[in-house]
Amino acid sequence: MTANPALDLAAAVRRGERSAVDVLEEHLARVDATEADVHAFNTVLGERARVAAGEVDAAVARGEDPGPLAGVPIALKDNLCTRGIPTTCSSRILEGWQPPYDATVVTRVAAAGAVAVGKTNLDEFAMGSSTENSAFGPTRNPLDLSRVPGGSSGGSAAAVAAGYAPLALGSDTGGSIRQPAALCGVVGVKPTYGVVSRYGLVAFASSLDQVGPFARTVGDAALLFDVIAGHDPADSTSLPGAAPVASARLGEGVEGLRVGLVTELVGAEGLSAEVVAGTRAAADALAAAGAKVDEVSVPATVYGLSAYYLIAPAEASSNLSRYDGVRYGHRAEGAADITEMYVATRSEGFGAEVKRRIMLGTYALSAGYYDAYYGQAQRVRTLIIRDFDAAYQSFDVLLSPTAPGTAFPLGEKTADPLVMYLNDVCTIPSNLAGHPAMSVPWGAGADGLPLGVQILAPALGETVMFQVAAALEAMAPAGPGSSAR
Amino acid sequence: MTAATATEWETVIGLEVHTELCTATKLFCGCANNFGDQPNTNVCPVCLGLPGSLPVLNRMAVEYAMRIGTALHCTVQSSLFHRKNYFYPDMPKDYQISQYDVPINADGWLALPDGRRVGIERAHIEEDTGKSTHVGESGRIHGADYSLVDYNRAGVPLVEIVGRPDLRSSEDARAYVDELRAILVATGASDGKMEEGSLRVDANVSVRRRGAPELGTRCEIKNMNSLRSLGRAIEYEAARQIAILEDGGTISQETRHWDETLGRTSTMRSKEEAYDYRYFPEPDLVPIAPSAEWVKAVADALPPMPADRRAAVAEAAGMAPDADPVVTVVRLDLDPLLNAAVAAGADGELAVKRLANEVAAGLEQASTLDPRAFAAVVGMESRSELTTAQARTVLKELLEHGGDPAAIAKAHGFEAMAAGALSGVIDQVIADNPGEWDRFAAGEDKVQGFLIGKIKAATGGNADLKEASALLRARRG
Repeated sequence: MTANPALDLAAAVRRGERSAVDVLEEHLARVDATEADVHAFNTVLGERARVAAGEVDAAVARGEDPGPLAGVPIALKDNLCTRGIPTTCSSRILEGWQPPYDATVVTRVAAAGAVAVGKTNLDEFAMGSSTENSAFGPTRNPLDLSRVPGGSSGGSAAAVAAGYAPLALGSDTGGSIRQPAALCGVVGVKPTYGVVSRYGLVAFASSLDQVGPFARTVGDAALLFDVIAGHDPADSTSLPGAAPVASARLGEGVEGLRVGLVTELVGAEGLSAEVVAGTRAAADALAAAGAKVDEVSVPATVYGLSAYYLIAPAEASSNLSRYDGVRYGHRAEGAADITEMYVATRSEGFGAEVKRRIMLGTYALSAGYYDAYYGQAQRVRTLIIRDFDAAYQSFDVLLSPTAPGTAFPLGEKTADPLVMYLNDVCTIPSNLAGHPAMSVPWGAGADGLPLGVQILAPALGETVMFQVAAALEAMAPAGPGSSAR
Repeated sequence: MTAATATEWETVIGLEVHTELCTATKLFCGCANNFGDQPNTNVCPVCLGLPGSLPVLNRMAVEYAMRIGTALHCTVQSSLFHRKNYFYPDMPKDYQISQYDVPINADGWLALPDGRRVGIERAHIEEDTGKSTHVGESGRIHGADYSLVDYNRAGVPLVEIVGRPDLRSSEDARAYVDELRAILVATGASDGKMEEGSLRVDANVSVRRRGAPELGTRCEIKNMNSLRSLGRAIEYEAARQIAILEDGGTISQETRHWDETLGRTSTMRSKEEAYDYRYFPEPDLVPIAPSAEWVKAVADALPPMPADRRAAVAEAAGMAPDADPVVTVVRLDLDPLLNAAVAAGADGELAVKRLANEVAAGLEQASTLDPRAFAAVVGMESRSELTTAQARTVLKELLEHGGDPAAIAKAHGFEAMAAGALSGVIDQVIADNPGEWDRFAAGEDKVQGFLIGKIKAATGGNADLKEASALLRARRG
């Protein structure tokens, strides 16, 4: 049975066997040891974290239960608003801005007893697949410092992989949790759209963004999922009613479950042979464990990438308009009038990839082009949902690779945006459909770096998705990320 | 422009009216919706558009919008929010959450007091912007030394009512806005205060040769802060366009700014400079899908609209619905007094006249006027127990001090004057003024005033002078 670091820590803290302050210091010591190389964090919350951990211990001493995440250190992606703590989105344009409020997920993990240790690095405004698009420098893969951790939630994935925290929160708009999870050898989950509140998540593409967990194990990811999931009246797109319970059927195996290997995603452009082989091996393992495994075609997923690169930039172009220098964040000096101030502020404040996507999105929404671009992309989205729904008539979950390959060297894909965009070819369809998907480690590539496999489920299908993930985890070949830390 | 050419041209006007809704809180957050508070005190992460904040729709704003749509005979339908993208410092997100191709209310009409219908294309929900004060010579953003922005108004709920180009004169436009304002106030959705900016009007103005089938090129006029400036701006703009066309020029479609002081419009944005708003569905909100029950409940709970009330008053008074006294009574909300008086048996026409004149003149006190006392005064007048002059005096005193009308009349010595008594007074006046009587009897009508004056004096003003005139003429034979 796999040890679950977060579950085990929380249990020990709740029983008074371990002090939350000691747990925190242990993790901060690891940060001190290697963070200068990894650069997982934009901000490390040493003193604040000590105060929070002290409160957890005090609660235990009073005989109170601090909650299911009692004393568990957690890393927060730096696009989640934290009251009085800089929230930068790894962008110059938000430099110096401190939100006056906490994101709902931040409130929820704190209420459950978790101790926030820091704000993690990301591709600027979550736009990227390598965390190289950060205004504050790239994050490196803790398993190989010459490689990227993936992105955009590269800092969160690296923090968990490096042992800075057993848990982290990220955001996933087109694969930004799952792809770095795969590249860092950890578990990463993109929940059903609307299951986790977006309130306080700085928007990239509102109709695609979801907050989700990183953890070292499926059990820990389920623990964090169950804390953050649930209706939030502050988010109009939050689903009413009870959220699915991720931890409900973790030990139940896959006997009799129907698993579909998605033809178009296994055959997607740019996948390495070992990735495809790994995914097929995972499917075989599930079959051996009693699942009914078959290939299934989800035809419209082949248009996912194209549709995504119209919808996401379109929404981003609007969401990022507010960074105009008028109210907060960076403002260019010396402009003669308001238009000049806008232009100079945004030219200085945004990085190249953000500018590229604002341009793409602005164009896609322009008068005369809307139907051909944004409108057409939305129709593709409808088709993808339709094709997934058809597949789920015959299958409980679907299986695919997460990322095209293992972690790649820094700088390798920065020259050609289209090559970088291909990183998300397998993860994007779930965002477009609003469906849940997660990546679990599945062995290693020839370079010794971790591979991941993706489990996709229908809307609100988290329970069965985690059930299958737990089974895969138990059967997975050893990988570099799986050694206990 | 000569009078002759003016008659060859027809002005075509369509109005866009924005009204703030009287909700306690803003459209998408819990901040107070209060006019006149200290700047930037009613703000929060949502209405400041801070990163990560999300809108949550105010149910009451939707209900008010539905009331407006119902009152304007629109189809109340399931609708969507869109984002209207453009940069402006008083718009915190640099996009406005509005409605675009699927508004909550579509295809209605408004009846002017004279019965003509003006089409309503749509009445949709959107959020207000903050308020900029540009400090510097121009008073506008370009050329300002600096600008101050108050975000208290940002996120205040608005309904924009887009009228069809069915208006043909500045008088039409003013009548439309006047009627629309009365309807908005009647629904309870708006206080209709143009001077506080809770009602704002933009005018699309074009001209064409009378009888031409096609509409001319229009200009949109902004910045009119009163009904008076609306009328002036339309007249100026129509004259400007006619002059250009008569000179052989063409009108370019543009947005123009009305300058109240200079009394003219000037170019604000040409068609080439017009924004591309890049509308797309607001992904942070879900569609509004009011249930049939909700739509019906809103319609059922709607109070009578001004037109219905005018019809009722007109019927009670035997007047036309657009007769001045009828319009006045309804505009000043005096029809409950009318209904009470009529219920108490008073003459409707007389009651409407007293309301439109004496009560309207003492409007501050009208709310304290006891409907039964008012009914009693009108009743006494209609039964000729009081003359018109006496009734006015009693009513004035009632408005100022209250009390019992009969007691007031008695205290003033206003006694009912029997026809016989008046006849005796007339006998005496004829006897005292034989020369004047002879001239009157010979047909010299202008002497009648003199004789009536004598009768009025002899009765201490208590005579019913209409009755006296009738009696004099009867005597003349």
